[in-house]
Amino acid sequence: MAVDSYAFLPRAFRPMYEAVERHDHDPVWADFDTPLNGARIGLLSSAGIYLADRQEPFDVERERREPTWGDPTLRIIPNDVTQSQIDATHLHINTTDMLADMNVAMPIARLNELAADGTIGSVSPEHYSVMGYQENGAEVWRITTGPEIAARCHASDIDALILAPA
Amino acid sequence: MPVLARVIEASGIPTVTVTMMPVMAEKYRASRVLGVQFPFGHAFGEVGNVDMQTHTLRAALGLLASATGPETRVDLDTAWPGDPKQAYKDWQPSEPSPIVAHSLEQIRQARRERR
Repeated sequence: MAVDSYAFLPRAFRPMYEAVERHDHDPVWADFDTPLNGARIGLLSSAGIYLADRQEPFDVERERREPTWGDPTLRIIPNDVTQSQIDATHLHINTTDMLADMNVAMPIARLNELAADGTIGSVSPEHYSVMGYQENGAEVWRITTGPEIAARCHASDIDALILAPA
Repeated sequence: MPVLARVIEASGIPTVTVTMMPVMAEKYRASRVLGVQFPFGHAFGEVGNVDMQTHTLRAALGLLASATGPETRVDLDTAWPGDPKQAYKDWQPSEPSPIVAHSLEQIRQARRERR
């Protein structure tokens, strides 16, 4: 089945996405040369998830004041997080389902099950959460947030990262 | 998200992107793309649907292990199990996001100025 990228997108938004030109930068590539059953895997979600009892929510109040700005900061989600510990801030999607089951956007429980059955070697001790709407904030992602995530992936000996835009 | 994927991959960490808009990931020339035709906010599937979430995650891992070069796209052969029209309504926020509201106001303003 060929996925229709616009199937769930409001029709009015479609021309904006279709107008985006294919980038002329070269693709980047890192070989995945570890056997899957020996690999350590981590997750990165842009669903705006954070730890309710110890992290600041993403700054949606500023986004309300400055509609072209999105909070570009990072939240670290420990692998032993429980559903009741998380909250989410995101003005572009309904977070109700995520707050009932974070695995719809950040499948930490499923990843741990695949480590337990030997499909993968292990799960990263931490996962990464950002908030997806970025326009002016994308440069901060490139200069600050991205390198911070990359450094933490290396420090945690992650062999690969699964990214899930919200 | 493509910005982050590029920075992380460039540092030597392989990435796979699970996305509802694979056409956009392709435009940004992402390394490995798993397309899913699911409502936004649900890259791995339905609430409480362990089998669906696991299936999506296994597909992402499979792509990670099988892709041999950049710009590899695979589409997940899974239809959204619920009513797509209801899912289309349900994923959207209760009020337009600030940028959408801002854009709509700009369109209205332009129309007023044309009159």
